[in-house]
Amino acid sequence: MRAPALPDQDDPGVRAAQEARLRQVWAPPRGIFLRWTDVNNTAVGVWYTLTAVGMLVFAGCLALVVRAQLAFPGNDLVSASTFNQLFTLHGTVMMFLFAVPIFEAVSILLLPQLLGARDLPFPRLSAFGYWSFVIGGVFVAGSIFFDAAPDAGWFMYPPLTTEPALTGIGADIWMLGLSFIEVAAIAAAIELIVGVLKCRPPGMRLNLMPLYAWYVLVVAVMILFAFPPLIAGDVLFELERMLDWPFFDASRGGDPLLWQHLFWIFGHPEVYIIFLPSVALFAMIVPTFARRHLIGYPWIVLAAVGTGFLSFGLWVHHMFTTGLPSISLGFFSAASEAVAIPTAVQIFVFIATLWAGRVVWATPMLYGAGALAIFVVGGLTGVMVAVAPFDWQAHDTYFVVAHLHYVLIGGAVLPLFAGLYYYWPMVTGKKLSDRLGRAAFWLIFVGFNVAFFPMHISGLGGMPRRVFTYPEGIGLDLPNLVSSIGAFVLALGIAVVLVDLAMSPRRARGSRNPWAAGTLEWLARPDEHWGVRSVPLVESRYPLWDQPGFVERHDEGRFLLPDAEEGKRELLISSVLDAKPLLVGRIGGPTVKPMLAAVTLGGVFIFTTFHLWIPAVMSAALALAAILWWLWTETSIVPEKPMKHVGHGVMLPLHSSGPVSPGWWAMVITMTADATALASLVFGYFFYWTVHPEFPPAAAPGLEGPGRFWPMTALVLFALGWAATIAARETNALERVGSARACLVLAAAATVAAGLAVLAGPSSSGLDPTVHVYPAIVWVLAIWIAAHAAIGVVMQVYVLARSAAGRLTPVYDGDLRNVAVYMHFVAFGAALTLALIAFFPERAR
Amino acid sequence: MSALYERAQRMRSTLWALVLPPTIWAAHFLFCYVLAAIYCAKAGALAPLAAVRAGIGLATAVALAGVLAAGYVAWAKSRIPGAPPPHDDSTDEDRARFLATATLLLAALSFVAIVFTALPALVIEDCR
Repeated sequence: MRAPALPDQDDPGVRAAQEARLRQVWAPPRGIFLRWTDVNNTAVGVWYTLTAVGMLVFAGCLALVVRAQLAFPGNDLVSASTFNQLFTLHGTVMMFLFAVPIFEAVSILLLPQLLGARDLPFPRLSAFGYWSFVIGGVFVAGSIFFDAAPDAGWFMYPPLTTEPALTGIGADIWMLGLSFIEVAAIAAAIELIVGVLKCRPPGMRLNLMPLYAWYVLVVAVMILFAFPPLIAGDVLFELERMLDWPFFDASRGGDPLLWQHLFWIFGHPEVYIIFLPSVALFAMIVPTFARRHLIGYPWIVLAAVGTGFLSFGLWVHHMFTTGLPSISLGFFSAASEAVAIPTAVQIFVFIATLWAGRVVWATPMLYGAGALAIFVVGGLTGVMVAVAPFDWQAHDTYFVVAHLHYVLIGGAVLPLFAGLYYYWPMVTGKKLSDRLGRAAFWLIFVGFNVAFFPMHISGLGGMPRRVFTYPEGIGLDLPNLVSSIGAFVLALGIAVVLVDLAMSPRRARGSRNPWAAGTLEWLARPDEHWGVRSVPLVESRYPLWDQPGFVERHDEGRFLLPDAEEGKRELLISSVLDAKPLLVGRIGGPTVKPMLAAVTLGGVFIFTTFHLWIPAVMSAALALAAILWWLWTETSIVPEKPMKHVGHGVMLPLHSSGPVSPGWWAMVITMTADATALASLVFGYFFYWTVHPEFPPAAAPGLEGPGRFWPMTALVLFALGWAATIAARETNALERVGSARACLVLAAAATVAAGLAVLAGPSSSGLDPTVHVYPAIVWVLAIWIAAHAAIGVVMQVYVLARSAAGRLTPVYDGDLRNVAVYMHFVAFGAALTLALIAFFPERAR
Repeated sequence: MSALYERAQRMRSTLWALVLPPTIWAAHFLFCYVLAAIYCAKAGALAPLAAVRAGIGLATAVALAGVLAAGYVAWAKSRIPGAPPPHDDSTDEDRARFLATATLLLAALSFVAIVFTALPALVIEDCR
């Protein structure tokens, strides 16, 4: 549709007025308290990054105590119990509170800039994720100061950990604190997927996307499939600890191996979730300093997507010594070797690009090159331990400790430092010191190798991991002393980096694009919060290099959306494959509501840890209220006009519902993660069936199955609730609002009844979940489905209220369409689960 | 053959096509693992694997055929006639070529990974 042309951008007065409006709309809140209500990615991303780096330093200090204890044989610096807490918290904090959050943090900070977007589509969700991370992180990390930290290793193997008498409160803190953070990780994943797929600037088709965005897309999808199994495992774990449901207790039919499966289905992809985003930084840095386009763009996409897939076929290589049949080990060994192919491909692409370019050895490149060298060593030992017979020798020794630190520090920490030196000027406008940066690099590089290389030797010499000391004179004294010295040199290097960062506020501003890079993020100006002055038209992977006058045209607002005449925060929503502009999306400004939701939800997890049931329930009610308040007041706002001119004669709608809108995508993605969690519980059901010769066990009091009547009744009611929701969506769209509301009432009633009928099955047959694992897993599945019915009812009543309040109309029906998506997933999950517990295995009846 | 080639070239390219080859790998991998795990759990540690190996052989043939078909379509689509390389522009053709090339590469990787997965079935004879 054509519309009047842009106001004349040649007029400096017009431009200044636009800039003033944009500046006002995107202004951060000020004041000691109010500043924390900011939701813009430039603020939340910085807080997130600094908090994650704080966690890195904290966990690093724990590691220094560990190394000090191990420096000499028979040392008694710390007790065995403290030592257990130290290494458990070191691993836990590094993996859950540094490595994953730093990916989310850096992506929230960089992704909008890389895509020439003003922000991500759900800024308040980012803020919610950040506050969840802070609360959960402080809760878990702080436990060591109360001698209450988890102490069973970062993978918390039952059965020892499920026995409250043996572990104290630490295991609960681990489970509940981290579950809360996992929710934040999934929230970030949703945000980032929708950001990459729907918020690209016009012209940036899939083949022009910055490689960082490709990696973010792959990693965020991996989070959707990797984290839910762990959340499901956490649920089972806590039910065993709190209510004595015997999921991992072999004496009552449980099996500790199920935890290992669920943990490592998360845990191995996790390694790649950490590694790929760091390599992605490298994919941005290498072309800049090779002064040329990256060679083999599709090969990097192959590597990212291929690694993402294959990483889900590796988990059993952590379980090679659990006595599984050799053919099973063979499959996982094969996949573990195969994943070396895409991993190596990306390294060769980087080498080829450097080879073909004219390399500038700037500080970020130094970190990058060091990272590659270290990572390749870790990769090679990885190929070794992927061979089952070798692993049987090396399992649980310091060889594995050496391997994993080479992989994680070479594959994640050093590339992140490269990214830190590279992107610091983009965020602050000031370069870091090259002199300090290079000195720090050499301390880190040398210190790292001195610390971790000897661990290969002590491991092959038989030193098991996680021992708090070792006897003198068995060949471990020297390698351990050398490792400890190296660890402190490495720490000194990190300290130099921190000094460099601390000196930054006193330095003068530098140039805007100090590395002369070619990608969109260098359009940013650290003193402006609007992200981009105007949303650019992209014709190349390196528009700053290839499109003449690009920066000037951007700065003068000659691209799209150069103004904020209605005083709203706006961004362009575009199509998935070809980035055709579809919609102007309006996003929220500063608000305290996400923080409130995070605090109250955090209360649920924290009070539950201490068995304070009444405060926990109250906190849950407050969390629900906070979320509803947030949704009601801040989302799905009916715009004041249907269309808007965004420049160059382009008119775009201000609203859409269904597959064009980001909200619909977010719901589909959320429910994909939710379905993965349910699939993990169903996997548990089948797992128990395979390990027991007779499952369900012979009928006895407390072991009678849920029967067929109630599950099938529930199934019919779910189908009714689903169909009535769809009918409400369709009648509403046909402007028969009264019928739509009646359908919603029916849907809510049917869904309530369905939830109750699901629970009636195991309840009426007297299934006792503490007697055996069969009743326990049936109860968990039933409660899972019933809880989803309850959430569904809240949603149905919510859209009914929105309709009654005039906030949901036949045109502005996004909420109702999203509820319909939710009900698709719930009805499907209910059908699967209810059929399973009613009919499988047949012999049960 | 050339009719097939032209039909392949005209197929719509999507992100789903890109992830099809590795999805076939995942399905094949899961099938092999689940089949062997259930069989060995139910039949005991000394049970011979003849039936499982036959099943894996069949699944491997099907999976490889699927990956080859996806790879063929991608190969045909990556050869859409048009401007000379490099195909790095913001055009319909270059986006289609890019997706096709990436799909072809993923098909090659998936082929190798499926063969890798099937190899243990060649040498392991029972559930020990």
